[in-house]
Amino acid sequence: MSNTNKVSLESRLSARRIFIDGIFRFFLLLSVTFALGFIFVIVYRLWRNAGWLLSWDLIKNFPSYDIDSAGFQSSITGSIWVVGVATLIALPIGALTALYLESFSNKKSKLQKLVELNIQNLAGVPAVVFGLIGLAFIARGPFSWGFTVGSAAMVIAMLILPVIIIITRESIRAVPPSFKEGALALGATPWQAVYRLVLPYAIPGTATGTILAVSRAIGESAPLLLLGALSFVTFNPTGLDSGFTILPLAIFKYASDSREEFQVLASAGSLILLAILFAMNLSAILLRDRTLRKRNV
Amino acid sequence: MTLGTGVNTQQVSLAPSAHLRRRMGYQKAMIAVMVAATLVSVFVTVGIVVSLLPTTFKLLSEITTQLFGTVWAPLFTPPQFGIVPLITGTTMIVVIGMLIGVPFGLAAAIFLSDYATFNVRRIVKPILEILAGIPTVVLGLFGLYILNPELIEKYWPIGDPLAYTGIGAGIMTGILIIPIVASVADDALSSVPRAMREAAYALGATKREVAVKIVFTAGLSGVVAALILAFARAFGETTIALMVAGSYPKLTANPGDPMQTMASFIGFAGIGDAEVGSNAYNTIFLVGSLLFFTTLIFNILGNRFIARFREAYE
Amino acid sequence: MDQTMTNAAVQKKTMQFIDPVFTLTDVSVSYGNFVAVSDVNMQIPSRDITAFIGPSGCGKSTLLRSLNRTNDLIPGAKVHGEVLYHDANLYDAKASAVEVRRRIGMVFQKPNPFPKSIYENVAFGPKVNGRPKKSELDIIVEKSLRSAALWDEVKDRLNDSALGLSGGQQQRLCIARSIAVEPEVILMDEPCSALDPIATLRIEDLMMELKKDYTIVIVTHNMQQAGRVSSYTGFFVTEVNPESDLRTGRLVEFNDTKKIFSNPDDERTEAYVTGKIG
Repeated sequence: MSNTNKVSLESRLSARRIFIDGIFRFFLLLSVTFALGFIFVIVYRLWRNAGWLLSWDLIKNFPSYDIDSAGFQSSITGSIWVVGVATLIALPIGALTALYLESFSNKKSKLQKLVELNIQNLAGVPAVVFGLIGLAFIARGPFSWGFTVGSAAMVIAMLILPVIIIITRESIRAVPPSFKEGALALGATPWQAVYRLVLPYAIPGTATGTILAVSRAIGESAPLLLLGALSFVTFNPTGLDSGFTILPLAIFKYASDSREEFQVLASAGSLILLAILFAMNLSAILLRDRTLRKRNV
Repeated sequence: MTLGTGVNTQQVSLAPSAHLRRRMGYQKAMIAVMVAATLVSVFVTVGIVVSLLPTTFKLLSEITTQLFGTVWAPLFTPPQFGIVPLITGTTMIVVIGMLIGVPFGLAAAIFLSDYATFNVRRIVKPILEILAGIPTVVLGLFGLYILNPELIEKYWPIGDPLAYTGIGAGIMTGILIIPIVASVADDALSSVPRAMREAAYALGATKREVAVKIVFTAGLSGVVAALILAFARAFGETTIALMVAGSYPKLTANPGDPMQTMASFIGFAGIGDAEVGSNAYNTIFLVGSLLFFTTLIFNILGNRFIARFREAYE
Repeated sequence: MDQTMTNAAVQKKTMQFIDPVFTLTDVSVSYGNFVAVSDVNMQIPSRDITAFIGPSGCGKSTLLRSLNRTNDLIPGAKVHGEVLYHDANLYDAKASAVEVRRRIGMVFQKPNPFPKSIYENVAFGPKVNGRPKKSELDIIVEKSLRSAALWDEVKDRLNDSALGLSGGQQQRLCIARSIAVEPEVILMDEPCSALDPIATLRIEDLMMELKKDYTIVIVTHNMQQAGRVSSYTGFFVTEVNPESDLRTGRLVEFNDTKKIFSNPDDERTEAYVTGKIG
């Protein structure tokens, strides 16, 4: 019994519609390729400019006006010092804040909404403003620590604090509530339940997010411009009260010099900075994947 | 387990034991520590406001009339406080940045939410995150060494290879904000329920029509949020403007000229060791106030829009 | 003596026991404006298994959770009336919720072992409630796992992750966990609904063993299960409140399990257990 009804499923779209669809798709693909391609263009041009200069000497040497012996050691160690101390300050404070806001506070209160609003706004404040408050209060003003690693670390800590709070809150929210319920049913106090069960489970997520926040902090230049990090520093930091410079600003400094050899140095420094950031992001992604895989056992 | 009178002869106390009292005491102490930590974030904001406002008001009271002038030279003697060049400079760079960042960002967002397959999305999203991670100093370097010379050669030949242009800074700022626009807009567009798309397809709409006429419109508040947040980011960007547009506050309509933004002025003026309380010092905070409160308003607005689309679809 | 002088209607529904573990008088539980279960009067006997049965939404889980103050965790939850644990008011201001939960433990519907080793799961309760030495802990862990009929299966892999156990084993682990803090009562909220029939039977056998030492109250959807394991059963229904159009749970009948299933006092009970409704 074959069907004698003639039915056609051919497209009845007008040529105009097909045409517009095609053009749209074309431009979409073109735009996306351009947007993503910028990364490769930037890296490629930098490489062309300074790839030949890359060597371990660049990391071992200190800045100098002689290009053959110039390097970035002081700024790399400076960055590590500043961002390291900043993380040591911001991570505990941020984690405790997140714990409180997720597990111990009255979430419906007006106060909570205000605090959350405040954190969200802090996350969007331009970096340079943190440099301003550092200048007013920490380098000068009440603290008067001057242009030191300590001051810089405080400023960067303030910068990454909101991000760490937000990330840690998300990790804590991802912990199955049945853990806390089960612990409480055994006679644990809420703090014990959170500290022994929820927090350990949330650590990998927090670690991943912190690594990403830290890599953003390493690339920051504006706030520490105001904190004296643009000086020509040829030594590694000796302590919290030592002068310092950071890698982005070492690059900035070389870039301000119009001599060609310094342009090359600046480009080389950029490549080093990008490599460091890439390594950090990669480790964060690997950490996240490894944890996810272990948990989906 | 036998039936009886229902009366209890067992005495029982539910008061906390000594060990429990100790644990509760410990919990109280930890909660106090957590509250203290939470207050830190509050104090940071208070600190920002307190560091900015007093100096601002003091300076403002002295120079209010001068603010509307067209020459910005607060660090010279005699100082001039005409803020118009900073406003034009900021506006031009931010607008150019938006003109570049928004189309590319939205294209990426629409592509990711409606055109990309699962595997393509898996590759593109991380690359966008990498783009977001490029430090501003590197973008500034690219603008200074590679973009500016080409632009100048083609459009404003003057012979100086290391000249500054506003449009160069604008373009690099645009590249900076592409990932912001893309990820916030993609979040919004992806939250639009499948059911809505499927209904549109079932009416015979093409992919483009669904993506643009249905999804985009449904996720509009999220898209607006993306634009506002990107605007705020571009507004506050210091390093790129400083490296690529220079530090000369030229009042001009020519994008090929060097110019200074509010943010780059702060960066520039803050490098030196200005004396506390001097005009130079106070001006930094004055402009800082402007910057802070403007971006604050935009960020609050942007987050409101995000809350709106979250309510609608989650 | 006052407890026996309640009105006749209540007398009809309430069985009285020697030294009842729980005595509920006019108990209602509400979340905000929504009343989940109301006007419950009952006594729960010690060292026996009592079951709560009834159609879904009738508040039996809510009532169970109010027996160890687990509802405290839900904002807006309020318990009205009097819940006595022996002679102490559970909701008295001086009573510590943490202490309550140590004495009145709970096993949940979906097994929820902690993301730790089997040993650490069982040791968790004793560790947070005191400072036991390692040697003491070892003894407690073994004793609890034996009581939960799990020791033989896991004694060689105590340090393996608890998440690697099967569903039935995980639930027995949760029971062992509860036993380790030496409660008097174990509340079970549909403990077998996430398990296969064989695992279910093993847990039911376990319950019959446990009732020698512990008071057990179990909420179950499975009537046959209630018939198999419990000595006493409370049957709940939902009633629609004509004013607010919301459903509130109510205790209809509390009786010997055998009586509930063969010759119940209330016709609604009979309709439910013979399958006419629910």
